[in-house]
Amino acid sequence: MNDLAIETHGLVKVFGSNRAVDGVDLAIPRGGVHGFLGPNGAGKTTTIRVLATLARPDGGTARVLGRDVVTEANEVRQRVSLTGQFASVDEDLTGRENLRLIGRLFGHRGAAARRRADELLDAFGLGDAGDRQVKKYSGGMRRRIDIAASIVVTPELLFLDEPTTGLDPRSRNEVWDIVRAMVSSGTTVLLTTQYLDEADQLADRISVIDRGKVIAEGTSTELKASVGSGSLHVRVMDRVDREAARAILERELAVDVREEADPNALSANVDEQGRVTRALSALDDARIPLAQFSLGQPTLDEVFLSLTGHPAEETTETEVDAA
Amino acid sequence: MTLDSTRTEGAGAAPDGSAKILQALASSERPTPPGPLSTSLTFGWRALLKIKHVPEQLFDVTVFPVMFTLLFTFLFGGALAGSTEDYIQFLLPGIMVQGVIMITMYTGTTLRTDLEKGVFDRFRSLPIWRPSALVGMLLGDAVRFTISLTVTALLGLVLGWRPGGGFGGFLVGAALILLFSFSLGWVWTFLSLLLRTSGSVMGVSMLVITPLTFGSNIFVDPSTMPGWLQAFVEVNPVSHLVTSVRAVMGGIDPGASLPLTIVWSAALIAVFGTLTMWRYRDAR
Ligand SMILES: Nc1ncnc2c1ncn2[C@@H]1O[C@H](COP(=O)(O)OP(=O)(O)OP(=O)(O)O)[C@@H](O)[C@H]1O
Ligand SMILES: [Mg+2]
Repeated sequence: MNDLAIETHGLVKVFGSNRAVDGVDLAIPRGGVHGFLGPNGAGKTTTIRVLATLARPDGGTARVLGRDVVTEANEVRQRVSLTGQFASVDEDLTGRENLRLIGRLFGHRGAAARRRADELLDAFGLGDAGDRQVKKYSGGMRRRIDIAASIVVTPELLFLDEPTTGLDPRSRNEVWDIVRAMVSSGTTVLLTTQYLDEADQLADRISVIDRGKVIAEGTSTELKASVGSGSLHVRVMDRVDREAARAILERELAVDVREEADPNALSANVDEQGRVTRALSALDDARIPLAQFSLGQPTLDEVFLSLTGHPAEETTETEVDAA
Repeated sequence: MTLDSTRTEGAGAAPDGSAKILQALASSERPTPPGPLSTSLTFGWRALLKIKHVPEQLFDVTVFPVMFTLLFTFLFGGALAGSTEDYIQFLLPGIMVQGVIMITMYTGTTLRTDLEKGVFDRFRSLPIWRPSALVGMLLGDAVRFTISLTVTALLGLVLGWRPGGGFGGFLVGAALILLFSFSLGWVWTFLSLLLRTSGSVMGVSMLVITPLTFGSNIFVDPSTMPGWLQAFVEVNPVSHLVTSVRAVMGGIDPGASLPLTIVWSAALIAVFGTLTMWRYRDAR
């Protein structure tokens, strides 16, 4: 039973009358990345703060790496690290000083702390910026120094709270690479994000959180499957071909093909990918030139919207519980 | 396009940074956890680094004491003691106390700012003796207080202050002031954990500091005050501090004021240190 990295039962955290975390049950195994996905104010940060012993729960229990977050808080602190949503390094100090500070607090002597700081600065591509104050760093550099500070002593479990919010695509990729490297070295990562593709890219399993509750849980594929099958989008080059294309697609796919508002476009929900290939060659045989032909899984956006009951009209009252 | 293809692509395209990160993660040993004193001193080092990077924070510790000393010496000197020369013998130890106590207030606002920025989230998630971040911060402040004391003393000497206790007496007096301000610091740390903005921390601090310093024997002998005020001055811990500092710097016996100062300091730490750590559990 202690192979769980995180185990909570009915976890509650209340701020005044606001139930920020409202009965969260989690069972997250060790290893890999677990994603917390949810909109602003869903309770992601609050949950993480309770798990990292920064806030005390008002109800329920939480065990992190087999230790209770309230009664064995110090045990938990020895094994976990937190990179908060907002810079959790000292902006007035330089990157190197921050890392040396953390190193010394963990018990590295002066020279060892310095060596570790240099090693991390180098690994995170901050060698040249090491002697600059963190407040003069770019957003991406800040994130990196923040993560570096979290692994001065390698944690068994790392909490990353929205590590890529506000980063440009390149910095975002850098952070993703760092996360992947950590996972391959055996660290368990709990990552919160508002970005669906981030959860998709990194997380093995995802908990979708809304209004303090876990509303769905599973792999990204399972979550997507909960919304329905894959969706096909076709745009013909010339709008006069649309009717013909539609007939061909309906024949080959054996499903309803919808005409979109765009006079060139058609769309369909398909279950069998094999048929799609056939449909494509049938269109080609009929000499109907296409501007676009794409088959995709439903996006996590669609999943999220359908789970939270906002716009998306997919008729799923899904409680994907793949546990 | 699918999840799996992006995964492999990501791992394959990993830059050499990832290899170094892997190495950094692998090479980490677990040093033996340091004790409370060591972590507190490390946080004191952090405070010194902050002074190094933001030397502006030394502005108040130098300008405040100069301003106070000049202002009060020349404002009250003639009226209260006949001459500034005489008055400064009485005033200077008190003005040292006043100057330092005024500056202790920044402890609270600094902590509030730190809490808002999130650095303390990291400190609080470390497996260290919990109060050490705050103790270290107060130790770092002691450096600023020492500068303030030195500036006041030097200016006093220029203006004609001639303490009977000599340099030794000055050192003992300064140590007493530092002890008391370290203890008072816990009041401000508690306030900044209790109140939500640094503005309100500042406001409430002023509300506490003004009666503590002006309702004391810093500026005038309480025998000229009305009874109710005398009663307040008598129980005010700042008065005990000022009396004992005046005595040891003047080279005379501080009497009961010295143990009273120490007892007050211990009590402040016991009460407000405990309250602070209670709020610190859930700090935000
Ligand atoms: N210290 C606090 N005091 C009062 N209310 C709080 C506090 N922290 C969070 N809340 C409230 O709790 C709820 C959950 O907030 P939380 O920060 O956990 O959300 P989140 O999912 O992390 O959102 P975001 O994506 O914006 O970071 C929100 O309604 C927020 O206003
Ligand atoms: Mg958040």
